[in-house]
Amino acid sequence: MSHVLIIAEHDGSQLNASTAKTVNCAAGIDGATITIAVLGSGIDSVATQAAAIAGVSKVITVDRSENAQPLTANFAPQIAELAAAYDCIFGPSTTFGKDLMPAVAALLDTEQVSDIMEVTGPRSFKRPVYAGNAILNVDVADGAKIVATVRTASYKAASDGGSASVEAAASLSAVLPDHSRYIELQSEAGERPDLQTAKLVISGGRGVGSKENFDIVYKLADKLGAGVGASRAAVDAGYVSNDMQVGQTGKIIAPDLYMAFGISGAIQHLTGIKDAGTIVAINKDPEAAIFEIADIGLVGDLFEIIPELEQKL
Amino acid sequence: MKTIMVCLKRVVDYNVRIRVKPDGSGVVTDGLKMSINPFDEIALEEALRIKERGEAESVVVVSIGPGDCQQQLRTGLAMGADRAVLIECDTDISPLIAAKVLLKQVEKEQPGLVLLGKQAIDDDCNQTGQMLATLWQRPQATFASKLEIAGSVATVTREVDAGLEIIEVDLPAVVTSDLRLNEPRYVKLPDIMKAKKKPMETIAIADFGVDLGSQLTASKWEAPAERSKGIRVKDVDALISALKEKELV
Ligand SMILES: Cc1cc2nc3c(=O)[nH]c(=O)nc-3n(C[C@H](O)[C@H](O)[C@H](O)COP(=O)(O)OP(=O)(O)OC[C@H]3O[C@@H](n4cnc5c(N)ncnc54)[C@H](O)[C@@H]3O)c2cc1C
Ligand SMILES: Nc1ncnc2c1ncn2[C@@H]1O[C@H](COP(=O)(O)O)[C@@H](O)[C@H]1O
Repeated sequence: MSHVLIIAEHDGSQLNASTAKTVNCAAGIDGATITIAVLGSGIDSVATQAAAIAGVSKVITVDRSENAQPLTANFAPQIAELAAAYDCIFGPSTTFGKDLMPAVAALLDTEQVSDIMEVTGPRSFKRPVYAGNAILNVDVADGAKIVATVRTASYKAASDGGSASVEAAASLSAVLPDHSRYIELQSEAGERPDLQTAKLVISGGRGVGSKENFDIVYKLADKLGAGVGASRAAVDAGYVSNDMQVGQTGKIIAPDLYMAFGISGAIQHLTGIKDAGTIVAINKDPEAAIFEIADIGLVGDLFEIIPELEQKL
Repeated sequence: MKTIMVCLKRVVDYNVRIRVKPDGSGVVTDGLKMSINPFDEIALEEALRIKERGEAESVVVVSIGPGDCQQQLRTGLAMGADRAVLIECDTDISPLIAAKVLLKQVEKEQPGLVLLGKQAIDDDCNQTGQMLATLWQRPQATFASKLEIAGSVATVTREVDAGLEIIEVDLPAVVTSDLRLNEPRYVKLPDIMKAKKKPMETIAIADFGVDLGSQLTASKWEAPAERSKGIRVKDVDALISALKEKELV
C-alpha cells in the first residue's frame, strides 16, 4: 500500500489540468491511495474540483493568506510537513511543479525523480534524459520517500466522477520565511485554448518572419479552434510571448494534431511534440529535419499554404 | 556585493545527437564534443554583466566533475570570470548531492548571489538550484529571463507557463537562468591567453565530507520509441483529405 500526496496546481479559482494528469500517473502505482493537497487562499472551489477527480480518496486544504500566491519559499515547508504521513509526494512537471518539488525533496533530504513518463513498478519509473533522446529507468531505494514530478504530456487527465472527502489540514508548525515576495503575473493568455490541453495546436517558427505575419497563424488557429505554439526562434525574435514556446525548455505537449509552419525541427523543439497524435509539417525546405518525424509533410511556402488552408477547411 | 558564484556543468554539446549504448548501460559519450551547459553559460554571462555594471566585485565559477572539467572552467575564465574551482569527482552525482557539495562551497565563498542554469541538458533534472537554495535557507528565483539588483534586493522576471512572473527576493539568493536572460558573449583569443594565468583551485570531493550515496539507481537506458514513417503530400487539397481521413478536421 502506497500513500501518495499530490500537490494541486491552480490559479486560485481553477484547478489546472496537470493535477488530474498527475493523479492518473499515481494511479499506476499498485494499491495507491491518493490524496490531493490544495494550498491557497479562498480555495473551496478548487478543493471541490480536486475532490471530483476519479481515484482520489481525500483532499486536504491549507487555506491561509500567505498561500495566496504559489511561492515555493512558503509552500515547500508546509508540504514537507504534510509529507510525513505519505510514501510518495508528486507534483506536475510544469513550471509550478519544477520550481516547487525539488525544494520539498531537499527539505525531506530525498532525491527527486523528474518527469516520470511511465510507472514500471512500485518504486520504478521511466524518465526522459538528453532532450528525450534516451529514456532512463530509475529505481528508488526501499525506505526512501519518493518525491517526483510527472511529465504531464505522457498522461491523459483522470476522469471526473470522484467524490473524495475534503478536510482542512491540521494546523502546521512550519515557519515561513519572509525573504521572497510575489509581485505580479504578466500574462498574455487570451481566449485561445491552452497549449497544454488543446486537442489541436498550430505552431509557427522563424519562417513566419514577423509578429505581424503571425496573424495568419492566429486566423487559421481560430478557424479550427486550435491553440497556438511557437519555436524558440520565434519567441526570441519577439514574434510571440514566451508562454507559447514548445520544446525541451518550453512546453511539452500532446495534442491530437500538431501543425508546424516554418519550423526546421531542431531536436529541442521535437522533444516537445513527440507525443502528439499526428504531426503535420509545412516547410519550404524539403530537407528540413521536421519532415523526418512528421506524419504528413508538405513542402511549400507557408504564406501561400496557410491562407489556402484557412479558406478550404 | 563581493562575490557572485556561478555553477558550470560540463555536458555533451547540445548539437550532438546522443545514442544509447546497445547494452543499455548508458549513452555513448566517448569522443563527443563537450561544452558548458548552455544555461550555465547564460548564468555566467549574467554574472559578468552584473560585475561590469559595478554591482559585484568578482565572479567565481565552480564545477563538480572529472579533471576534464578544467576545459569548461577555462572557457568560463576566458569569458571573464576571475577564479575557478574544480571539485573533482569521477562518478555521476545526483542533483541533491551536487547541491550539498555546492552548499559547502557557498559557505566558503559567502557569495551575494549564486547563479545556476535552470537545467542541465544531460540529465534534464531541473533540481539543483532549488535544492541549493533550500539547503542554504535562502530565496530562489528560477527560470529567470530578467534580473535586476538594487542594494540587497533582486527583482527577477521568471518564465512560467502562464507568462512572466515577477518576484522580489532578498540577497543572498539563488537564481537559475532561462534562455532569454541574455546572449552569452563570444570568447576572444587574447582572453583565452589571459585566462591561462587566472587561478584555478582543485579540491577532491571527498574533502567536503558529503555522503555520495544515492537513493536512486539508474538501472537501464533505452532508445526512445520511434515514430512511424510519415507521408508527403503534394498540395493543400491532398493535405486536407489526409487530415479528413484521420478525422482530425
Ligand atoms: C539548451 C537549448 C534549449 C532549447 N530549447 C528549445 C525549445 O524549447 N523549443 C524550441 O523550439 N527550440 C529550442 N531551442 C532552439 C533550437 O535549437 C532551434 O534553434 C529552434 O527550434 C529553431 O527554431 P525554428 O525552427 O523556428 O527556426 P529555424 O531553424 O531558423 O527554421 C526556420 C524554418 O522555416 C523555414 N521557412 C522559412 N521561410 C518559410 C516559408 N515562407 N514557408 C515555409 N517554411 C519557411 C525554413 O526552411 C526553416 O526550416 C533550444 C536550444 C538550446 C541550445
Ligand atoms: N556537477 C555540476 N557542477 C556544476 N554545476 C552543476 C552540476 N550539476 C548541476 N549543476 C548546476 O545545476 C544546474 C541544474 O542542473 P540539474 O538540476 O542537474 O538539471 C545546472 O545548470 C548547473 O548550473
